[in-house]
Amino acid sequence: MAIEDDVLVVGGGLAGCAAALAAAGGGARVRLVSHKQSTLRNASGLVDVLGYVDERGPLVDPFDGFDALPAGHPYSTVDETGVREGLALFDEAVGDAYAGEHTDRNALVPTHGGTVKPTARYPQSSAAGLASRDGDVLLVGFEALPDFDAPLAADHLSAAGVPFEARGVTVAFPADLKADAKVTRYAKVLEQDQPEARGDGEGGVRATLAERVKPHLGGAERVGFPAVLGDTEDAAVRATLEDHLGAAVFEVPMGPPSLPGLRLEDRLYDAMREAGVRISTGNPVVGYEAEGGRIEHVMMERTHQRVPYTAAQYVLATGGLVGGGIDSDRETVREPVFGCHVEYPADRYDWSEPAAFGDHAFARFGVSTDDELRPLDAAGEVAFENLRAAGAVLGGADFAAEKSGGGISLATGTVAGRRAGELV
Amino acid sequence: MSDTEDPQDEFDPVQVFPESEEMDLRPGADSCYKCSTCDTNCPVAEVDDSFPGPKFQGPEQWRLKTKDEDVGVDESVMKCSNCMRCDDACPAGVPLSQMHNTARAEYVDEEMDRLSAEYLRNRILANYGTLARIGSKVPRLTNFVMGSSVAQWANEKLLGITAEREFPEFALETFREWWDERGGAQIQSEEKRVAYFHGDYANFNTPEVGKALVRAFEAYGYQVAVPDQRCSGTPMFANGMLDDARRAARFNVETFHELVRDGYDVVCSCTSCSMALRQEYPELFSFEGTGEVAGHTYEALEYLRIYEDLGADLREAELDEDAQFSYHAPCHARNQGLDGQAVELFADLDGVEMNDVGDSCSGISGTYGWKTENYDTSMAIGEEMFDHMESAPGETGMTECPTCAMQMEHGTGYEIRHPLEVVAAALCE
Repeated sequence: MAIEDDVLVVGGGLAGCAAALAAAGGGARVRLVSHKQSTLRNASGLVDVLGYVDERGPLVDPFDGFDALPAGHPYSTVDETGVREGLALFDEAVGDAYAGEHTDRNALVPTHGGTVKPTARYPQSSAAGLASRDGDVLLVGFEALPDFDAPLAADHLSAAGVPFEARGVTVAFPADLKADAKVTRYAKVLEQDQPEARGDGEGGVRATLAERVKPHLGGAERVGFPAVLGDTEDAAVRATLEDHLGAAVFEVPMGPPSLPGLRLEDRLYDAMREAGVRISTGNPVVGYEAEGGRIEHVMMERTHQRVPYTAAQYVLATGGLVGGGIDSDRETVREPVFGCHVEYPADRYDWSEPAAFGDHAFARFGVSTDDELRPLDAAGEVAFENLRAAGAVLGGADFAAEKSGGGISLATGTVAGRRAGELV
Repeated sequence: MSDTEDPQDEFDPVQVFPESEEMDLRPGADSCYKCSTCDTNCPVAEVDDSFPGPKFQGPEQWRLKTKDEDVGVDESVMKCSNCMRCDDACPAGVPLSQMHNTARAEYVDEEMDRLSAEYLRNRILANYGTLARIGSKVPRLTNFVMGSSVAQWANEKLLGITAEREFPEFALETFREWWDERGGAQIQSEEKRVAYFHGDYANFNTPEVGKALVRAFEAYGYQVAVPDQRCSGTPMFANGMLDDARRAARFNVETFHELVRDGYDVVCSCTSCSMALRQEYPELFSFEGTGEVAGHTYEALEYLRIYEDLGADLREAELDEDAQFSYHAPCHARNQGLDGQAVELFADLDGVEMNDVGDSCSGISGTYGWKTENYDTSMAIGEEMFDHMESAPGETGMTECPTCAMQMEHGTGYEIRHPLEVVAAALCE
């Protein structure tokens, strides 16, 4: 007996979640399978649509850049309509936790390196820190948390020409955490807010932290902390800090592992469970069986056994080179689950450019699709009539340079998932 | 690069890691690209910042030790609860729990005093089955003694076994006694055969789980075998008692390998047992048949779902009494991709309301939460699960893992059931 559903989504990142939600929204019985935890938890938690194109940027309005995108870009397949559909699905799934839907314009969010990132949607926790807002900023780092150097980030922000004063200060985190404490530990300590025995404050950890920041406040109206201010209760942690400081408090998105990324993952998985999506994680899809150009079932490897999973429609959302959806060795580049055709130069030395931030061909490696997001084979024909692809597994976009990864995943995931759901 | 040489032609990969009988953890250490995803999944690091996390315990410690022979395994490895969540999390396929198991065994071998109370206590906990075998001969007496405050006091003071927990009661009749009493298998079949790995807990403490398994599989026409067996080894791995684990594993592999050759598949009711047979045995041992047994081992519901249509049968069945279950997925079930299974299967069963209490760890991790020094950490980890159980409707819990069940009961006072009991009640009555 195979385990059977209407739509099977392979991959549990942003694109996979969007596909599952879109298909389930249409009434289909949906299963999402994911091998490992998704790269969402390494991501900033920001959702960009388009920040840079053709040497232009940061773009004020991402949709203004669509005309300049190269042929074969996923946005030209799904169109502005598809991107708006993807953003609408996202806004509904995450609810109040995110902001940015009030405008098409990009928000500029300060990051832990002190750069500003153009982004379409951002967590509420970053809202007070936007570079486009007025009000002087104090960035606060913690002595035992080397991932965020607040004075350096502040200098970098100032050098970028932000229209306010930015200063940085490093303080000792109250609970006397060990030098190698995990970001989840910081989040837990702030969330529990226990009166801490070893510190100098009488209140909880939040109050003590605020007391340590206060002397440095000066005229700052906004205070930015590394993004470790709680896990599920981040709004409450910020609120307490704001009360004590008398200033707005925001989080600066950090590198991996990232609390805003973890929170986004939680939100999306909660939304999927609410929508009735069945979720199976921990085991890889390693192959498939097809007949007459249709995928009959995929094979999931479950500790030494191969178990068939059957559906009428499939969505491939396994990610790109980082997520493992596209794999390469010294000779070839391939899509490992369905063996979809991936275009790449025959000479390996044409895969990349000498300059680190050059126009690398590898950044665009991925599958090509027809206008319904169905992967094409080497001859340009639809590979399987019931398979669609979404997210970073798609070729044609350099999402790191364009700042387009979030939008591509949401748009193609939503369109692929909705279409898959309509066909069952 | 010069124009005259084409490195592609010159490149001749060298086999650095020859096939060998000894475990080579180098490829695992090299695969780690330090994304720290494992650290964010570690339930211990979240509540105890003196625990440096799985990335250190695995690849980093391995490299430190390889560089300098004088460096021993850090004692913090004993704070790892062996929940194995890091394994499931790692996007690069680093065999973290294998690295932790070997590091822990090395620490116990080389750093721990064999005459210390801690070693003795760990050895006792790891070999629970041996004690249970003796204790269950006189279950009433043992239950009386172990339930007494004197015994709890002595355990805490002399051994470091927490007095906060109540010792699990022994059943008055073990599963194996029941099995012999009923005359063994009631169904004979050449095609459909399963060998039941019940482990110690279902045998000595919760025979109703084992009986439910037998009833369910016989209802589907399976010939069930219940061979002699030892502990799966899970508590031994977790305490670094690898020699004890090897002895137990060898016995189990020999026994079950023979049955697999006779056409049996192996089914388990405890997800840590199935985890041990499927993953830890092949990672740590290489007895003849280890891989074959691993390749034929399943969790019981998973088996019925794949080879029978358990999902459809439950959709048509109903439970006599309305029941609301707060379901907790054990970490080791999660590692086998089974975390959504019970909720999914019972969602369509008439009379049952399933509430998943979230993806946190229960915190007990087998013998971990029984140790006095770990009790507070164990309860801090479990807090999220207790909260979710209490806010979910009903006062009955459900899980596949016996020690998760102890923790759920300890934290909430709920009665805890096993999914197999519900399957048997729905399909066999």
